[in-house]
Amino acid sequence: MAKMIVVDHIKCTGCRNCELVCSVRNTGASNPSRARINVIKWESEGFYFPMLCQQCQNPACMAVCPKDAISKDDNLGRVVIDYNLCIGCQLCVAACPFGCMSVDTVENRVIKCELCDGDPECVKFCDSKAIDYIEADIVTLKKKRAAIEKFSELMKRLA
Amino acid sequence: MALNRKIAYIDLTTGEIDIKPIPLKLRELYLGGRGLDVYLLYNHLRAGVDALSSENVLLVSAGILVGTLASASTRTHVAAKSPLTGFIGSSNMGGFFAPELRWAGFDHLVIKGKAEKPVYLWINNGKIEIRNAENIWGEGTYNTQTAIREELSDDEVQIMCIGPAGEKLVRFANVRTGYKNSGGRTGMGAVLGSKNLKAIAVRGTMDINIKYPDKALEYNKKIIDRITSTKFCQIMQKWGTMFIYGVTNTTGLVRVNNFQLNQHKFSEDIECESIEKYSVGTAGCFGCQIHCRGKYVIRTGSYAGTYSEGPEYTSQGAFGAEVGCRNMETILIGNHLVNDYGLDTLETGSLIAWAMELYENGIITDRDTDGIKLRFGNDNAVIEMIHKIAKREGFGDVLAEGPVRAIGKIGKESERYCIHVKGMSNLHSDERATPSLALGIATASRGSDHLRSRPAIDLYHLPLELLKKIYCQPTPYDGPLSSDYRDYTGKARMVQWQEMCYEAVDCLGVCKYHTIFLSPNLMNFEDFSNFLFYNTGLKIEPEKIWEVADRAYTLERLFNIREGLTRKDDWLPDRYFDEPTPLGLDIVKGKKIDRKKFKKMLDEYYELHGWDENGVPTAEILEKLSLDKEPTHIL
Repeated sequence: MAKMIVVDHIKCTGCRNCELVCSVRNTGASNPSRARINVIKWESEGFYFPMLCQQCQNPACMAVCPKDAISKDDNLGRVVIDYNLCIGCQLCVAACPFGCMSVDTVENRVIKCELCDGDPECVKFCDSKAIDYIEADIVTLKKKRAAIEKFSELMKRLA
Repeated sequence: MALNRKIAYIDLTTGEIDIKPIPLKLRELYLGGRGLDVYLLYNHLRAGVDALSSENVLLVSAGILVGTLASASTRTHVAAKSPLTGFIGSSNMGGFFAPELRWAGFDHLVIKGKAEKPVYLWINNGKIEIRNAENIWGEGTYNTQTAIREELSDDEVQIMCIGPAGEKLVRFANVRTGYKNSGGRTGMGAVLGSKNLKAIAVRGTMDINIKYPDKALEYNKKIIDRITSTKFCQIMQKWGTMFIYGVTNTTGLVRVNNFQLNQHKFSEDIECESIEKYSVGTAGCFGCQIHCRGKYVIRTGSYAGTYSEGPEYTSQGAFGAEVGCRNMETILIGNHLVNDYGLDTLETGSLIAWAMELYENGIITDRDTDGIKLRFGNDNAVIEMIHKIAKREGFGDVLAEGPVRAIGKIGKESERYCIHVKGMSNLHSDERATPSLALGIATASRGSDHLRSRPAIDLYHLPLELLKKIYCQPTPYDGPLSSDYRDYTGKARMVQWQEMCYEAVDCLGVCKYHTIFLSPNLMNFEDFSNFLFYNTGLKIEPEKIWEVADRAYTLERLFNIREGLTRKDDWLPDRYFDEPTPLGLDIVKGKKIDRKKFKKMLDEYYELHGWDENGVPTAEILEKLSLDKEPTHIL
């Protein structure tokens, strides 16, 4: 089963190391504007959320691409760009509801998270585990367990 | 690449802006950040100018590794002649300002003159604009940053600014960035205020090319794993520096009621665990895994619902034990207020504590204090004084002048009670039982301070073998060392070593918490050298990095001497020698600093530096460090 990126914003400390290592891995330079991940912050509330491509089931970017340059790679559970076909029209940038199809202004082309070919750099460097890369079925099972933990403890006390 | 960032000269009087490259030769001599700042200051500032006049020169910079894959490569350095001490003004802060400055194309800003009206600088991808700031003059540091982001329609702009305290020229006003970070010490905020400079806003999307990306990533990961595996890191991740309080208070190493006691009876009320009911998590500076910045919400009272960040160990003392208080909310409100006003929390708390001892001893009375009952433990008086200092109202106007000038105003008999060195107040730490820490505060180039040279690991009673491994490299040392923190033996070397380590770190722009400061297992000179090579391609061996640090520190010394510093300024307040500690563990109780031994330790310290018995660098050491021809005016 394909893995997926999971974001737990409560754990995010806002350090932006993910942006740094992403841009270095993908471009050889430190430059968050070229990173495939960005931490969006509400500084006055201390609220941070790492945003990156959701690798949608029905990607809007793929649907609008006039040259079929965007496709799904079910093997790694990701959406990829074929730069040989891409004409740089940026319709995908307009279509993505999350702003996670970005534009690399140095190389002048659209960019998105392609999961570092199955070994995401950002995950390796996120010590607080605000971003993780795990099997899709485990993601929801973990959430189910966390959601019901209180109930289970209560039951134990009543028993 | 990381070495192509530029220097900008900005004249606020004429509006002229001149942008230049930084010669590689100067990089090799000073790296960047604090190192290159002192070079620029020494070269551009005329001796003896009034620090609050338009003649003062303000330096803002990023360390040479900022924004790269060095651990927590985030630090901004700010320098000028200090309006507080008259010696070197120098302050360093985390956050996200310095990386953004580099992405915008700059490493160093040299700001001269004085703007006619309040202005702020807008620096964006190689361009610099001077913009009107009249509408935000008077605003606190939080609102200022929001207003600038709104004006520029960009949430990602990073801002360094002053609050009302800097505008009012409070001599220990700080500079602030984000919610948490402060360039706190030596009054750099007052220098911005004196230039009518409210803020510097930066935004950039320019590459910092990493020389060997794969190697740099790999080395960074290795260091991160090393850091996060330490107990120190795990505790800091939960409590931040507040964890320190329980340990130092139990031992008897904190100042309580100014300098009357060295242990707080009600410490559990203000120890780290008591933050729990206010805490809403922790935050990190750029690229940092230690994320020691607490996030909290004040729960009750007139500040209920207010979000803020911190407090640090410093504020636990400043608005807690030092002023005899035991209320966590006083600390949280005090921390929030000084951050909004743009005041150095440490100096503010220390001066209030001093005034309280004066009040209780009848040296000042209600007539002096505008009726405020400055008794130890009076929470309301502490909060009221913060407002008054920031606004320079009534008695606040006296304290806003800092230790030396306030002593001048109040009278000679107040001097004995003031815990300062070179005109800057000490942290709420009591160094009477710890000679190495005492030597550190006495000799620190910017005045009494724990972030210039404190060998904090001396408190851990580390085995001699480990001490040798740390302190006998990268330059040779075959003198004695001691694991006992009450000892005077070999402590001068520990102070000198930490001095060089912290100076190197400030030139690189990484955070001290990632180096040998509070844990013996963290980064040292060898790691600095590797980080430099993988990220920038500069091959500088560990002992050469030490030499850079030595050069920069010695130039700070030359700067201070040029401004009138002498050996007598490297000395402690009399109370350290005369009053034994009344409390603490048995090994700490009854301790005071021995004048003779301290003098010998100071001699040793000078000798290690290659300075003569008056603390003046010898011609020989100046030549060795290529300082003999300064000022050379290369930049």
